[in-house]
Amino acid sequence: MNILVCLKQTFDTEAKVELKEGRINSQGIKNIINPYDEFAVEEALKLKEANGGEVTIISVGSDQTQEALRQALAMGADKAILVESPNGDEYATAKALATAVQGIEFDLILGGHVAIDDNSGQVAIRLAEELDLPQVNVVTKLEINDGKAVCTREIEGGVQIVETPLPTVITCQKGLNEPRYPSLKGIMQAKKKELKRVGLEELELAVDSKVEILEVFLPPQKAAGKIVEGEAEEAAGELVRLLKEEAKVI
Amino acid sequence: MAIWVIAEQQDGILKKVSLEILSKGQKLAEELGTELEAVLLGEDVSELADLLAAYGASKVYLADDEELAPYSSEAYSQVIAGLIEENEPEAVFFGHTALGKDLAPRVAQKVETGMVSDITEAEVEDDQLVFTRPIYAGKAFTKSKVLSTPIMATFRPNVQTMSDADDGASANVEEVDVDLENIRAKVVDVQKQSGGRVLLTEADIIVSGGRGMKGPENYPVIEELADALGAAVGASRAAVDAGWRPHSDQVGQTGKTVSPTLYVACGISGAIQHLAGMSSSKYIVAINKDEEANIFNVADYGIVNDLFKVVPAMTEAVKKYKDE
Repeated sequence: MNILVCLKQTFDTEAKVELKEGRINSQGIKNIINPYDEFAVEEALKLKEANGGEVTIISVGSDQTQEALRQALAMGADKAILVESPNGDEYATAKALATAVQGIEFDLILGGHVAIDDNSGQVAIRLAEELDLPQVNVVTKLEINDGKAVCTREIEGGVQIVETPLPTVITCQKGLNEPRYPSLKGIMQAKKKELKRVGLEELELAVDSKVEILEVFLPPQKAAGKIVEGEAEEAAGELVRLLKEEAKVI
Repeated sequence: MAIWVIAEQQDGILKKVSLEILSKGQKLAEELGTELEAVLLGEDVSELADLLAAYGASKVYLADDEELAPYSSEAYSQVIAGLIEENEPEAVFFGHTALGKDLAPRVAQKVETGMVSDITEAEVEDDQLVFTRPIYAGKAFTKSKVLSTPIMATFRPNVQTMSDADDGASANVEEVDVDLENIRAKVVDVQKQSGGRVLLTEADIIVSGGRGMKGPENYPVIEELADALGAAVGASRAAVDAGWRPHSDQVGQTGKTVSPTLYVACGISGAIQHLAGMSSSKYIVAINKDEEANIFNVADYGIVNDLFKVVPAMTEAVKKYKDE
């Protein structure tokens, strides 16, 4: 089974977000593999262990994205492709990924269901549409039988069981698996694995973003709240009164 | 040229977020001097057209077909993209719901346009639509515009105010022929979570418990407050990772994003990742023994005390108010 995994490098969740000249300052920020993409890498590795085949990681990014790709290779992926592209929007990123995978044979494309930095959750789905593949998103359980994927997909208030033939795009949700830590051996081997870098000109792709960011700003500092003093019962009663009469929310 | 709202229904009931977007859409359409229209897909959903009209849609494209009874991203995106190509709306809006997140990007790529996800505000500036949305777990915000048409966006639920329904309004209903091709992914079963409480993502009030709950057996304490308030029950990552609560209850960066009117955080320290999931709540209440807990930095009201003493007392107080 040949599997492609879409991976994005994001800021660490603890990262302090600051602005520099109206843009997010990325200096000194720790980068990680988008946590949801880790579930995708792990699932691909499990499927490879069960079925044989190859796992290729693909990412749209820049120089520093290599670090994230080496980490995925260290976990056990076989090769990686880095599409070097300046910050494009979701439309442009999907086009870049779709173009970069032309000519690669695959049975399955996995990715995280959302990236924790921009929280758009669009690219994997746009990629499915570009490649004319079905999609199943936010999957917490996956079984592949006879060229068919049986997925448990999270929706509001429950789950759907969705079946689709391969090839397909599936995005991963927390609970699908426990991503492995790369072993020392894996880290050493990763250095020798193929990491291909390809630019947009090489792909003969000229695509413009369709969304323009006009402004980035930090949220206003919140005014200090009110601590309700007194014994537990007294304070509780007063809080409920405030919620009713002042905030008017109950 | 019109603003379209892709209305979402489940089992014949319109989702509140669709009415919220229509309410906002009314104002935007007026400012832009354009029409507000709705698109409705499903089976046996025609009577919902009146409700869409009551919230401002002057026209409803109705795709009512048994093939659309279970939601399918391939089927729904084909129908919507076809309508977009035929009618060329100026903007197409979806709710940022499980369905919206699944469907809108596919439609956007089909019609080769840009889209801004999870917006918390839409405004008209210099005759253009400008969208505001949180990024980096709410640590920053962006204002963007879509350069292509149709302009697409998904709206965070529970943020836009609903206008008053105009029960006298009616809409011109256009029936849409449904002709689907090559649908591969199919829903074979739906399993609903048991428990009669309102969904976290749609709840007006949420009572959440974290590490301070000390164990799964103590959750009835906050469940009783939730019942008294008609609220949903949430959990922090600590509680979920400890196995006390299911992941579907988790509020936070790797859980659900919620925007209730009131969020009551019990025994939750308020780590950045938790705040990411609930910072757009209108009012935040924190109950925690630790006065240094970060949650107090974002709370509108707080009590520094033992939640096991405070919460039951709150439940009693709420019940008393409800009885009055």
